[in-house]
Amino acid sequence: MPFGQGRSGGGGGGRGRGDKKPTDKEKGQRRTLFRRRKVCKFCADKIDDINYKDVKLIGPFVPERGKILPRRISGTCAMHQRKLQTAIKRARQIALVPYVTD
Amino acid sequence: MSDRQYELVYILPPDTTEQQVAELHGQVEAVVSRMHGQIEKTENWGRKRLAYEIGHNKEGVYVLEVINGSGELMKELDRRLKVMDQVIRHMVVRVDEEKKVVDRTQTRRRTTSERRRVKRGLPPQRQPGEGRPAGEPDDSEDDRFDGVEG
Repeated sequence: MPFGQGRSGGGGGGRGRGDKKPTDKEKGQRRTLFRRRKVCKFCADKIDDINYKDVKLIGPFVPERGKILPRRISGTCAMHQRKLQTAIKRARQIALVPYVTD
Repeated sequence: MSDRQYELVYILPPDTTEQQVAELHGQVEAVVSRMHGQIEKTENWGRKRLAYEIGHNKEGVYVLEVINGSGELMKELDRRLKVMDQVIRHMVVRVDEEKKVVDRTQTRRRTTSERRRVKRGLPPQRQPGEGRPAGEPDDSEDDRFDGVEG
């Protein structure tokens, strides 16, 4: 109990209280955080074959830095991410896609 | 059964002439035919920009060969290409099994869709002008997308 009291007296607790009101209002106006559901591109477009020769297809999944775009960002499903991974790695070997860029 | 399908991609320096490309193709062909394989398809992609430099080359001439043959054949080809200094990069990939999987999924998808359509009393193939017209994006609610934070 004294522990909790001490905390609420702190600056963090104060800020929390200040924030509380507007968030309640937002909830009332349905202004909750809304994100579009991410869909696997390959499932949606029914692309079965992720080929290492198809740079146009692979390109968007290799951003500027040259890293493979993670699943949590692209929304690709596990199976297609796996296939995409091998395709990108093959494309790298024959210099269609960079290993690193800086 | 023993025949597998491989794809061989090799890159030559950008100043390679057509004749040299043909010559190298001949050498590959000789090895393939000697070891009882066959070349199914050859594609010359021409000069392309490399994503990174390979031995001070910024461009390269890409050649793709689709070869049916044994693993020993590809091993021999790989060894020979490694030795050749006019080839700046090459890669061998086995493709027959992946191709099989792709074919299977495609036929499965087609048959299920046909079966479903027949069940609904429609002709098995999709008719022109059916369904949602293409080119009309379906994101009327997109203005809410991510615009709330902060």
